[in-house]
Amino acid sequence: MRIDAQKLYYRDLNRLIRQAVRHGAEEIVLDNVNGQRYIGDGLSAQTRVIINGVPGNDLAAFMNGLTIEVNANCQDATGNTMNSGKIVVRGNAGDVVAHSMRGGRIFIKGDAGYRVGIHMKEYMDQKPIIVIGGSVGDFFGEYMAGGILVLLGLNQSEDGLKYGDYLGTGMHGGRIYIRADKLDQRRLGAEVRIFETDESDRAFLDGVLKEFAADMALDFKSIMSRGFLKLLPVSKSPYGNLYTHSL
Amino acid sequence: MQRSNEYGHDEKVQGGCGLFGIINVKRKLVPGSVIIDAISVLHDRGNGLGGGFAAYGIYPEYKDYYAFHVMYENKEAIAPTEAYLAQFFNVTYHEQIPTRVTKAIQAHPLFYRYFVQPKEEAKALLPNKDENDFVVGKVMYINENITDAFVVSSGKNMGAFKGVGYPEEIAEFFKLEGYKACSWTAHNRFPTNTKGWWGGAHPFTLLDWAIVHNGEISSYGINKRFLEMYGYKLTMLTDTEVITYLFDLLVRRFGFDFRTAALVLASPFWKNIDAMPGEERKVLTALRMLYGSALLNGPFAVILSHNRGFVGLSDRIKLRPMVAAQVGDYYYLSSEESAIRKINPSLDRVWFPKAGEPVIIDFEQE
Repeated sequence: MRIDAQKLYYRDLNRLIRQAVRHGAEEIVLDNVNGQRYIGDGLSAQTRVIINGVPGNDLAAFMNGLTIEVNANCQDATGNTMNSGKIVVRGNAGDVVAHSMRGGRIFIKGDAGYRVGIHMKEYMDQKPIIVIGGSVGDFFGEYMAGGILVLLGLNQSEDGLKYGDYLGTGMHGGRIYIRADKLDQRRLGAEVRIFETDESDRAFLDGVLKEFAADMALDFKSIMSRGFLKLLPVSKSPYGNLYTHSL
Repeated sequence: MQRSNEYGHDEKVQGGCGLFGIINVKRKLVPGSVIIDAISVLHDRGNGLGGGFAAYGIYPEYKDYYAFHVMYENKEAIAPTEAYLAQFFNVTYHEQIPTRVTKAIQAHPLFYRYFVQPKEEAKALLPNKDENDFVVGKVMYINENITDAFVVSSGKNMGAFKGVGYPEEIAEFFKLEGYKACSWTAHNRFPTNTKGWWGGAHPFTLLDWAIVHNGEISSYGINKRFLEMYGYKLTMLTDTEVITYLFDLLVRRFGFDFRTAALVLASPFWKNIDAMPGEERKVLTALRMLYGSALLNGPFAVILSHNRGFVGLSDRIKLRPMVAAQVGDYYYLSSEESAIRKINPSLDRVWFPKAGEPVIIDFEQE
């Protein structure tokens, strides 16, 4: 089904989406979306939602299962505390992508802003995965506790950098892969170290990037034409003794 | 601390302030309806406790006169203010600013505008005879000493229109659809630290400077003391006022360019300064040592507008959003991309300015 979102206030648009999902819609196409917040928030279903236009803040917050494709840029706080499902952004995304995300996948073709993956976490086989085709701002993976970030840097920002400062600051779980031969040590947080990728890393990247390339109509081989480095936290609980000494 | 939701009437208070700016660098005039359309997309970033606009190029027939927009909280404030103005200025024309009664805005202060030139004999009494300093002194005097009178704006060929309400409501109240400007900024307020009152809405202005701000300045105390040493009086009960005066001090009085001013207000971290090559490190170190008290701490995104263009700046770790875009001669700054797309769906360029890096847009030379 199609919904023309032009002139629809976010509450009215989201009411229509919830209704369609409740009635078992397999696919919903939203046209003329512009700035409506909270699309897909808290929904548990297998519906595919295609968004034409710029969705508002907190797209897919607490989302559980939907697949959302955005054929434009996203604003701030995309995938906030998302639990499962998938978001495909065929443009750029703003700041604070995937705050506290705990499952599912977010693929971004272009750049993402500051604090991507802040406080991401995982539990057993619930592992959130984010792939960014372009570059990111400062605080990539800040306080990250689990899950996987993949940064490709296919289109670098104007200053030629793929990532900002404070990379992995406070990170104490999960993995970050960056498509690069070397990383600027001064931009790394104190809690992470650089590692070479091994066979299991390459098998993982192979699988997820094939899917990414297909979603974005990019050439998988040219994505894989360069190697990756891996960032891992060196402590599991760096702040464990910050407030208490006896734990 | 007074919290916003004590004043708000929404069942749930959400969002943060919304900013929008549009400029045509060839000075083509943009009707008020355009900026109203854009800021209304950011409706949910405010809570109805403050909305405002700054408009440039709106008084071409009086472009060489300082346009004083004055707010009176009651009629009794008019006579002493007008007597004070007449003492120091030649007032070539004045009138009540046209407003309309609307459903949303019933109770409101009175607004007048005065087109003035400083009297030569009065200006001559000032040691440095600087006309801008003279005007600033008089604005500060009115705001501090004349009960219930506040100068809302005081620049040439520009004006600020602001009050308590959503920006769309304020625009309707001031009949902004009838104005045309070569640059506009707009603000939708979500007050967090001070209560919503008509003078506390944005933009904050001085001479032709106007600031719209999203965020809060946690260094307010130290910034205020620093400004007071240079004769500024802080009377508006809000942190945003300090940003306006800091730009005035750094750019107008010290003669810094905007890039240098940004290095003071949103300075790089010491760790990055220490890694810079020799000369750059020396300059940055000197700026931080000399003007550390002008550093703005806390989350902010601002648009500073003036008669030569406008500047966007966010804090040094990007705790508030700002998107920039361009189509031909038009440049836009906004808290959200959707507000730009509302008035121009196909943009030549959209970008996310980096933390602490100013976006400087100037009018082309005439």
